[in-house]
Amino acid sequence: MKNDIILSGVGGQGILSIAATIGLAAVANNLFLKQSEVHGMSQRGGDVQSHLRLSDKPVYSDLIPYGRANLIISVEPMESLRYLPWLSKNGWLVTNSTPFINIPDYPPIDEIIKEIKKIKNHIIIDADTIAKEAGSARSGNIVILGAASPFIDMSFVSLENAIRKLFGRKGEAIVEANLKALKAGRDCSGE
Amino acid sequence: MKKLLLLGDEAIAQAALDAGLSGMYAYPGTPSTEIMEYIQSSKDASDRNIHRGWSANEKTAIEAALGMSYAGKRAMVAMKHVGLNVAADGFINSAMTGVNGGLIVVSADDPSMHSSQNEQDSRFYGKFALVPCFEPSNQQEAYEMIFDAFEASEKYKLPVLFRITTRLAHSRASVQLKEVLPEKKLQLPADLFQFVLLPSIARKKYNALLSSYESLRYENIISKYNSFKDGRKRDIGIIACGIAYNYLMENIDSSIDDFPVLKISAYPFPKDLIKDITDRCNEVLILEEGAPLVEEALRGILDNGIKIYGRLDGTVPRDGELNPAIVAKALGLPVIYGEEVPSLVKMRPPSFCKGCGHADMFNSLIEAVKSYGPGRVFSDIGCYTLAALPPYNAINSCVDMGASVTMAVGAADAGLLPSVAVIGDSTFTHSGMTGLLDAVVKNSSVTIIISDNSTAGMTGGQQSQATGRIEQICEGIGVSREHLKTIIPLRKNHEENIRIMKEEFEYRGVSVIIASRECIQTATKRKRSEASN
Ligand SMILES: Cc1ncc(C[n+]2csc(CCOP(=O)(O)OP(=O)(O)O)c2C)c(N)n1
Ligand code: SF4
Repeated sequence: MKNDIILSGVGGQGILSIAATIGLAAVANNLFLKQSEVHGMSQRGGDVQSHLRLSDKPVYSDLIPYGRANLIISVEPMESLRYLPWLSKNGWLVTNSTPFINIPDYPPIDEIIKEIKKIKNHIIIDADTIAKEAGSARSGNIVILGAASPFIDMSFVSLENAIRKLFGRKGEAIVEANLKALKAGRDCSGE
Repeated sequence: MKKLLLLGDEAIAQAALDAGLSGMYAYPGTPSTEIMEYIQSSKDASDRNIHRGWSANEKTAIEAALGMSYAGKRAMVAMKHVGLNVAADGFINSAMTGVNGGLIVVSADDPSMHSSQNEQDSRFYGKFALVPCFEPSNQQEAYEMIFDAFEASEKYKLPVLFRITTRLAHSRASVQLKEVLPEKKLQLPADLFQFVLLPSIARKKYNALLSSYESLRYENIISKYNSFKDGRKRDIGIIACGIAYNYLMENIDSSIDDFPVLKISAYPFPKDLIKDITDRCNEVLILEEGAPLVEEALRGILDNGIKIYGRLDGTVPRDGELNPAIVAKALGLPVIYGEEVPSLVKMRPPSFCKGCGHADMFNSLIEAVKSYGPGRVFSDIGCYTLAALPPYNAINSCVDMGASVTMAVGAADAGLLPSVAVIGDSTFTHSGMTGLLDAVVKNSSVTIIISDNSTAGMTGGQQSQATGRIEQICEGIGVSREHLKTIIPLRKNHEENIRIMKEEFEYRGVSVIIASRECIQTATKRKRSEASN
């Protein structure tokens, strides 16, 4: 088993919570894991990405080689395209459709969506609306994770358990909201 | 024993705690910051009452750590690579004095300059100071090495340099913990002149230091991190240093590509192992994260030995961090890219948070300085450096911590009037205060704006030594009361703030304007933690 996953978004959008959830699930599944994160300057509203590598054998490189990622999970549509050189030919791209516009030359959103649709395996969802409907407006990131979950070689239950562990300290209400968000995302993946 | 999922930085911190650390000293700097932060949030550290406060800068940090070592206890100091420049005086001289309790100096390099103003390879400092240098390849190795680094430090009575780079610092992996060692007891050095570097004593110490460096190559506690694995291939052998080893192993399937491989993770590096590989192979490829330190040593000036591939002949780019593709190409392996990035994807540089006080301060400054023409705002390092980018384009320098003040002084000396400096609060107490003293003593015509957000914002909101003290510091240094102004950078004060700035630009002497408003990120964090307490 080997999963190479790129997480992308804009600083402050919560990609590290996605990474932490997958990471906890991987540990519980006794997998080897490397998860490279971006800290520092880019966190001020710049583009951020995280490389997540899970395997049943030891993982060497902290970075995923080009063309080898089997999954891109993006909480922002334009950012999902920035990492295409890493996506393998049969890889999946799962992205939020809501743009985060903090630059003056942000391209028209319909052109971005057109580019995303050119990728053979893609899922575009309006994670923010789905999160709101699930009663947890701030869990858009977890909705996206739910939508991407069929392409991660770990059981859905292990992701749910990871959510419980990660958010446990923040109280039962937050845990439940995120579990609902995860499930709502999963339901949009068509799996 | 317990397993934890840790960043490289956190693995180092956890290891130090488990290896009997008594004092942690640091000034924040990406990618080293999480070492101190981990220790500060550790329950174990608070139960044991381990010393764990931020220092004013890297020099004060390393000297305090040396003091703890003098008193017989284990100390660690962490900084980013450019911090080691600031701490260099203390560092080089600590090699001369030697240590009593174990002393580890962690320097986190940032090749490719993800969050830095330059690219430096700290391993050169190890060689310069003549001390052992460890360079872990992964999180587990980093954890284990810390134990040996403390032991080596005490055994050879030397500070030990611990060099990491961004990828290891900020990548998480599972780490198996070891048994916890007790802290050392307070104990004075056996020789009470050990730390007295008078020339007569220093000369003797320097000779001892010079001769010990050569013997370090063969000391097991260091050399065990350098290993040679023979392979069936004879045409080319590979030397991989630190994290470069991971990119090598990512690319080769050792059952097919049976190269002889020398992994180097500790310095001074082993001459015998280098000979082992160069005697066996016709050519060697050298993979190093950072500068070609090993490569230069092997080539020498004449470069008339066996054929060497590396950063100096272009096999590997001369600058920037390594990645699996660079190493694949160096090995002659194909790299298969996915789709190209569509041309509509735009750059997304970092920017001020919405409502940041720096932005309001710059909006006023841009207006106030406009009539004098461009090119007179010297600045420094922090969130406020983002004003170099559009739409602000408001600053003309960002060099090293504190240089805004001193460069403004020099430019004013040359006749550039007004000459303005913009510096953050943490940067001011790091290295701006001494420059201000120079300005006061010679009564330079400078206007220094201290953009005080009560935190080190750029690195994630660490405590700033300046908080609540800036006015007193400026007065104490000798800035006159009439030209020490405090403004609140809010839109509603825009006109008033422009007026105050313009007034001070016209004053021929030292003015300080403190633009004071808390960083909104820090304020949010503070309010959240106050609410939960
Ligand atoms: C010698 C050195 N040490 C540390 C750093 C890392 N660093 C860059 S900005 C910064 C914080 C600056 O804080 P402050 O001056 O208060 O400005 P703010 O980011 O809060 O606006 C630090 C620690 C550096 N670049 N150089
Ligand atoms: S972190 Fe604080 S100082 Fe930095 S840009 Fe954001 S609000 Fe401003």
